[in-house]
Amino acid sequence: MGYQWNWSIFGSPVPTGETTYLAWLLSGLQTTIVLSLSAWLVALALGSLVGVLRTAPSKALSGLAAAYVEIFRNTPLLVQLFSWYFVLPEILPFGLGDAFKQQLSPLTQQFLAAMLCLAFFTSARVAEQVRAGIGALPRGQKAAGLALGFTLPQTYRHVLLPMAFRLIVPPLTSEFLNIFKNSAVCSTIGLLELAAQGRQLVDYTAQPYESFIAVTLLYLAINVVVMGLMRIVEARTRVPGYLGGK
Amino acid sequence: MYEFDWSSIPGALPFLWEGMKVSLGITACAVLFGIAWGTLLAMARLSALKPLAWLAAGYVNLFRAIPLVMVLLWFFLIVPQVLRGFFNLDPNTDVRLASALVGFALFEAAYYSEIIRAGIQSVPKGQISAASALGMSYAQAMRLVVLPQAFRNMVPLLLTQAIVLFQDTSLVYVSALADFFGAAYKVGDRDGRLVELLLFAGAVYFLICFAASQAVRHYQKKLNAHVAH
Repeated sequence: MGYQWNWSIFGSPVPTGETTYLAWLLSGLQTTIVLSLSAWLVALALGSLVGVLRTAPSKALSGLAAAYVEIFRNTPLLVQLFSWYFVLPEILPFGLGDAFKQQLSPLTQQFLAAMLCLAFFTSARVAEQVRAGIGALPRGQKAAGLALGFTLPQTYRHVLLPMAFRLIVPPLTSEFLNIFKNSAVCSTIGLLELAAQGRQLVDYTAQPYESFIAVTLLYLAINVVVMGLMRIVEARTRVPGYLGGK
Repeated sequence: MYEFDWSSIPGALPFLWEGMKVSLGITACAVLFGIAWGTLLAMARLSALKPLAWLAAGYVNLFRAIPLVMVLLWFFLIVPQVLRGFFNLDPNTDVRLASALVGFALFEAAYYSEIIRAGIQSVPKGQISAASALGMSYAQAMRLVVLPQAFRNMVPLLLTQAIVLFQDTSLVYVSALADFFGAAYKVGDRDGRLVELLLFAGAVYFLICFAASQAVRHYQKKLNAHVAH
């Protein structure tokens, strides 16, 4: 349809002249990776906590944890993101919201909102996996831990969780992949991650195909690298005697 | 302290409902098409014809590796050009809805095909052997024996995926298409009441998705009880 391909566009300088369009893409890639990794660490910690609480003997605690999971799983990621970015700073009490809006640079605000959003969104999914992992263990494990004189927290720490985590590595892999993909949603609040840089390139260069192809290839590359890494982790943590075990 | 003012919502309800119809329409369309195309993809992946299986696997893996936002941006770029090329459309025709529909349908088909493939594989092999022994062709065995059993087991997963899809339709925001979320954002932006409108939109999504997922859970329990007896 008469489209003029121009792959040299990536080497051309941006309007301000200080870098190239390729550097824009790579800085977007860097933001995507930093954002996703930091959100993943928070999600793992939060998700493990909530997942453990889901299995707690106290009805109040497990009910609270269940409500947490339902809220984050039953609202769209975009609504959650906008709530973190537009709603929370307005309604936070004690001047916290104002501090967020006035003392942090716009870039930090976007990054923090995006990071917390991805972290909480993913933590609900991690929590479900942790709960499933604990639930998949034979009941005797918990009883045996308690019979040996461990307290309940000790039983979780030394008996249940080490096994449960090894069992849920494969489903966690797909959640880990998802967090990279979900991070693309954060372009909607103006965070210049990979997808946003791709759109910016389209606006500046009017070469949409080259830009989108490059961004898509970079997402595919992230996917391949993460899958490769997780395959190694999966191989090392596999439990002998279980399905998929050695 | 923030002063809530919910007064712009009642007047905006008809507009929001128009948006909700767009969200539900995209969801319904993508579910139906996604399941149909996903079934074909799943059968292609399980086919004995290697090239066909590879093509299907390539399609599914490609779509599952790319963020939905990126897929939508691609389709908002390509579909208008293709439509205009084929149908000689006026360049000012709004084809964003068509682009969104095509994008969601093709994207969801990849996810549905994985669910359906697992469902087909969960049917014992003896069922195919029994069907062949009865003189059925492979296609007949699939259609009359394997797929009906596979689908019954898969219904809860297919519905759960539909709930996820319904939430994901909010991402048409990247094309400024007024779905339910887009409508809520527009009203909030216009009236300077973004906080209230976003909370309202979140609550509505939550009620719909929570009710739907409870219904799916209930159905799953009934299904399990039925299979156990």
